Amino acid sequence: MRDDVFILGVGRTPVGEHWHLGLRELAAAAIFEALDDAGIESVDALYVGNMLSGGVNGQENLATLVADAAGLLPVEAYKVEAACASGGAAVRAATLAVASGAARVALAVGVEKMTDGVGETVAEGLATAADQDFEASHGFSFAGLSALLMRRYMHETGAARDDFAAFSINSHRNAAANGRAMFREAIDRDDFRRSPMVASPICVLDAAPICDGAAAVVVASREVLRSHHRPVRIAASAVATDTIDLGSRADILHLRSAAVSAERCFRHTGFGPDDVDLFEAHDAFTIIAALSLEACGFAPRGEALRFATEERIGLAGDLPMSTFGGLKGRGHPVGASGTYQVAEATLQLRGEAGPNQVAGARRALAQSVGGHGSVAVTHLLEV
Amino acid sequence: MDLPRYHRLRGAYYRLEGRRCTGCGAVAFPPRPACRGCGGRELEVHALAPRGRVHSFTEMATAPRGFDPPHLMALVELEDGPIIAAQLTDIDPEDIAIGMEVEMVTRRIQEKGPHGYLVYGYKFRPPVPRGEAS
Ligand SMILES: [Zn+2]
Repeated sequence: MRDDVFILGVGRTPVGEHWHLGLRELAAAAIFEALDDAGIESVDALYVGNMLSGGVNGQENLATLVADAAGLLPVEAYKVEAACASGGAAVRAATLAVASGAARVALAVGVEKMTDGVGETVAEGLATAADQDFEASHGFSFAGLSALLMRRYMHETGAARDDFAAFSINSHRNAAANGRAMFREAIDRDDFRRSPMVASPICVLDAAPICDGAAAVVVASREVLRSHHRPVRIAASAVATDTIDLGSRADILHLRSAAVSAERCFRHTGFGPDDVDLFEAHDAFTIIAALSLEACGFAPRGEALRFATEERIGLAGDLPMSTFGGLKGRGHPVGASGTYQVAEATLQLRGEAGPNQVAGARRALAQSVGGHGSVAVTHLLEV
Repeated sequence: MDLPRYHRLRGAYYRLEGRRCTGCGAVAFPPRPACRGCGGRELEVHALAPRGRVHSFTEMATAPRGFDPPHLMALVELEDGPIIAAQLTDIDPEDIAIGMEVEMVTRRIQEKGPHGYLVYGYKFRPPVPRGEAS
């Protein structure tokens, strides 16, 4: 990046089923909180991360709707879509706008309003992240495709279903302490074991929930910094892609997009996995959390489940994961999740994470993965 | 899936038509305009041999709208190399195993859309000895 880019403010709505709030209200609430947090009233550009507004809400031209709702007209605004990684991609877009000098202050907001759809509408919407002609149209749901990864992983490593429980237990434990999380209760291994099957071997407690939410991040150039700010620097930002269909990948258990985007962040900064104090992972399914750990170099191939003990990934561990509950516990409003990750990592680095605080955190990796690894957005944040 | 899309996909759905690179010989399914092996843009239609082995599989608890239960889905590694995502049929869920042989069969994939027409295409099943094919 040419110029330094800083996060000056963050906003997050509670995640859940917001029956009385629509896309307008959710996005505006997150934006207001982020602008107030930054002490800034106007921005040069607005990037809206969202996946399902067309299919589930019947609303495209979404960024115009959001700019209007938040009183930001006639700001430059458009929607950024990268499947489940849309919220991360919006942060990337805002970062590029500031790094290039095109904007002094840019706003990224991720918003998803899934409960406007009932029955099959949301499931069919989520399946559009896969190859429509050759996966979704043959009857694959998003969970069904993840199940293929998990089954193959168990086959190659000898892992048992129960071995994946550690990720969900960790996410729920952290979510229980996060007042904005969807699930505020801890779970144990028995809960995991008893959880009903969605797509074998994936159970309900392997999977993140359908929900609503919005998160926003204000990014700005150095010249905007004032003494009242607690800036977090975006040390690196990267996006990478892989085949949209699972079968065309050389190795379905290697999330190449996650690996390449993380590697770009490490190469750009000179840091490595050992320099990261916490990892906001894309734990939409436990198998994706495991594959992300391996792709980023935190765990060797086939070792993620042995790595994921409470001592390692808990808040006091070597690599705390999903510190505010992650997608599994905080909730996964799809196109907003990547923005939540960056907002939560920012609070960690400012030392404002409350009961979720990782002591002494100075560097955080936030990685948002779309379409089972067909796209990944990775940000390395630093104070 | 609406009719124009189904019509466009019939070669792939009925005959497993992928692409073969005239430069390096790499075979791709789904078909795509650029070769993933060498980046070449000269590809010819290539029907894949309709046999392979189960690479991974799942039984979905509920079938999506327009699909029938039991909903058995797999990645099948074809003899020609590509791994294809497809439904399994004519098999009990407990009999499926990674590595087992399967063959392509043309079946109804989904019944969908305002006109309720049927979409046919490939599924995979355990090989049936010649003469016994249903
Ligand atoms: Zn080639």
